[in-house]
Amino acid sequence: MATEPILEEAAGQCVNAHGGAIGMPQLCAEWIPNQVFWLVVTLVVMFLILSRIALPRIGAILAERKGTITNDLAAAEELKHKAVAAEKAFNDALATARTEAGKIVAAAKADIQKDLDAATARADAEIAVKTAESEKRLAEIRAGTMDAVEAVARDTAGALVAALGGSADQAVVDAAVANRLKG
Amino acid sequence: MATGTEEHVVEGAEHAGGLAIHPMDQFIVKPLFGDGPVEWYTVTNVTLWMAISVVVLLGLFVLATSRRGIIPSRLQSVAELFYGFIYNMVEDVTGHEGAKFFPYVMTLFMFIFLANILGLIPMSFTTTSHVAVTAVLALAVFLTVTLVGFYRKGLGFLSMFWVSSAPLILRPVLALIEVISYFVRPLSHSIRLGGNLMAGHAVIKVFAGFAGAMGIASVVPIAAIAAIYGLELLVAAVQAYVFTILTCVYLRDAVGEAHH
Repeated sequence: MATEPILEEAAGQCVNAHGGAIGMPQLCAEWIPNQVFWLVVTLVVMFLILSRIALPRIGAILAERKGTITNDLAAAEELKHKAVAAEKAFNDALATARTEAGKIVAAAKADIQKDLDAATARADAEIAVKTAESEKRLAEIRAGTMDAVEAVARDTAGALVAALGGSADQAVVDAAVANRLKG
Repeated sequence: MATGTEEHVVEGAEHAGGLAIHPMDQFIVKPLFGDGPVEWYTVTNVTLWMAISVVVLLGLFVLATSRRGIIPSRLQSVAELFYGFIYNMVEDVTGHEGAKFFPYVMTLFMFIFLANILGLIPMSFTTTSHVAVTAVLALAVFLTVTLVGFYRKGLGFLSMFWVSSAPLILRPVLALIEVISYFVRPLSHSIRLGGNLMAGHAVIKVFAGFAGAMGIASVVPIAAIAAIYGLELLVAAVQAYVFTILTCVYLRDAVGEAHH
């Protein structure tokens, strides 16, 4: 099968009578111009399709996508900054409100303290007056009691003297009682 | 048990006259209309499958991106994936200067990738399995690199053969090796791609021939075909990638900073 057809191939035949290949079809010089011609046509067409239409289009699509992504990322970054700024503003407002509240509390405390001090002073004064009055009345009561005790003592002493059969001068008895009370 | 079966298969295939397996028939170029000779302008199966790859390219890169969605549709994101993959490769390997070759590299990659993948459809024709095709691709890269290199660097482009970091006495030897390796590039570049594709498809066809001759035991070669088919999908993508990244590496010599 091998030797005879090679002679035919040399004669320009690459296919035997049955339509089978003789040797390697790759080495058949008869077909090479055809293959080269159609290859060149195909490559030129492919090159034109790719370089004129497809590749610029895909490049543009990829660039556009990249741009879109970059823009979206930038927008997201901006929104993030805004959110951070809003949070900061909120925190600042909160801190200011806290400070204000502290001031108000302090002022209220000072007011209350003032009122309290005034009330305390007034109450102290009233208490002092009442104390003085009470002491005065206590002194009066004490003095009254002493007088009553002296009178009772005098009377009792006079009655005792009389009961014991003596008749004492009232003045002497009084003096004696006063003497005793002092002692 | 498996090996015994396979031996039996080989014998069986040979007994069938060796005619049951025609692994190379799938690479035959034939006219689509009529039965005449294959002239350079004849519309052949090569034309058909290259045209299909152009249609797929149009669908994927023009139709699918026509809505220009900021949020891509599925096909549009596939197109964007290819765009990003090749663009990053070109920029990473050749540097910022090489980015203007992006459409050129993208054309090469998409042609090879689509031809490889479409070639895996059963009964299809794999245009990139022909060295004639891959050689044109590799020569195009070779010529581009050489012309761009001389255009941008003048005779300074030749300094890439003169390894200034090596000892002076070694430099002529290294220069000879570098020159040889430079001119071998298009050969290895094209044979690597065409050879990989051809071998994979031929192997699948051979196993398919076994399966036809084995009756019930053909489960084994069919399983093997499924496995090899998976491997070939990988090869189709990897070879397109390899061809493209080598193109970028060669372009770096022409446009990038001297790195020897």
